[in-house]
Amino acid sequence: MTLIACRDLTLAYDQQPVIAGLTFSVSPGDYLCIVGENGSGKSTLVKALVGLKTPSEGEIRMGEGLRPTEIGYLPQQSEIQRNFPASVYEIVLSGCMAYLGKRPFFGSAERKRAETALNRLNLSGLKNRPYGELSGGQQQRVLLARALCATSKLLVLDEPAAGLDPLISKDLYRMIKSVNRDEKITVIMISHDVQNAVAEASHILHLNKKPLFFGTTEAYLETSLGKLYREGIAA
Amino acid sequence: MIQEIALMLSFPFMVRAFIVGSLVALCASLLGVSLVLKRYAMIGDGLSHVGFAALAFATALDLDPIRVSIPVTVLVAFLLLRINESAAIRGDSAVAMISVGSLAAGVLIISVSTGMTTDVCNYMFGTILAMSKSDVTLSIALSVIVLILYFIFYNRIFLITFDEAFARTTGIRVDFYNMLLAGLTAITVVLGMRMIGALLISSQLILPALTAMRLFKSFRAVIVCAAIVSIVSFIAGLSLSYFAATPAGASVVTAQLFFFLTFSLIRKIRQAEPARGR
Repeated sequence: MTLIACRDLTLAYDQQPVIAGLTFSVSPGDYLCIVGENGSGKSTLVKALVGLKTPSEGEIRMGEGLRPTEIGYLPQQSEIQRNFPASVYEIVLSGCMAYLGKRPFFGSAERKRAETALNRLNLSGLKNRPYGELSGGQQQRVLLARALCATSKLLVLDEPAAGLDPLISKDLYRMIKSVNRDEKITVIMISHDVQNAVAEASHILHLNKKPLFFGTTEAYLETSLGKLYREGIAA
Repeated sequence: MIQEIALMLSFPFMVRAFIVGSLVALCASLLGVSLVLKRYAMIGDGLSHVGFAALAFATALDLDPIRVSIPVTVLVAFLLLRINESAAIRGDSAVAMISVGSLAAGVLIISVSTGMTTDVCNYMFGTILAMSKSDVTLSIALSVIVLILYFIFYNRIFLITFDEAFARTTGIRVDFYNMLLAGLTAITVVLGMRMIGALLISSQLILPALTAMRLFKSFRAVIVCAAIVSIVSFIAGLSLSYFAATPAGASVVTAQLFFFLTFSLIRKIRQAEPARGR
């Protein structure tokens, strides 16, 4: 019962490894939170998981019939996207691309899928609003809805709450958790937010160029690393 | 007034110019929205200069201008895309270099072959008389192909314009569609170049898109508005060129600028009003 597994994974840019010797696996229904300092290779790892980066050594294996195009990816937003002229619906619908096959246009099945994702994330009221006029939190919810359109198995989220204020982040994390719990969608997420994100995750992967910890959240909070993290928040 | 318009349309060359020009204006405006949003606007400009050199070369060797320029420009379009994505030389500087290099080459070829005559002026700034009978069929066919391809791949073009990384994860061949975009742009640029002029054709790509983005905020609305603005500007510009004997390209660009300023003004007024009913 493994959805996605990495074995002895090394990821490098121009032969400079950013992560080396990484082994971990995620089971269906898990909620894995990837933590670590800036430049610790978290984003690179996530890119490798969704197939945007080829491992220089080791392998990523998918089980449970998961195909690479069935992953719902939420990348970090670029500056161009923030003011992009597109309606919320156009963006969410584009998440159904993998179901399009050779057809040129979306059909009623894809439109229904997009509507469901919009409802799921309380975005129905914003359906026809321009994406560029939404708040940061709303924009992230739109991108999450798009990712939900793309998958019914695995969400891979690259710092979904980056740049959001604490209350909005908390809201977003709550939604991610409920998608994970209610729809049994596996979540792999990068986050700095120990109090909200880490506490809700079932598993933790702590990276700093090499894996420092991989295991359940309870076990993590018992380690010195986890304690440091916790105290850092308490202080 | 009606009589004058009827007279204008009684000239076959004017009818040809209106038909081909409107089709090219339509193609350019659609492609332009993606080019502007993807920060590829400089590629369009570079391609027009490459097209100019290819055209000069074809004329000097007495070859068919369109049939030589299109393959050459499409090839360079793929090259420019590569350069833009590689980090070896900064993309925009490399594109600028190829752009001025082609312009220089084109001018040299013309001055050696036919000499610096009015031909040069026509190439650079366009002429209303550009469309010969034999070009018309090919131009119409090619622009219809561009339109059909754009229509078929509309959803994919939207996604690669908005988010290449996400597009890749859904299994879309992003590089292929980027090449398609560049190739179609190259064809459009060459088709429109002799009428609008090598120096001005890139405005066909950029200005209608920018104008539409002043007021519209959904991708489809921007596309439709850019198309309308582009065609109306072309018809207005070409008519102006006919009645006032002004250069075709400059007249069309002036009409586009008029729309851009008008749309910007409306946007300013809207923003100044307190937000109501939203």
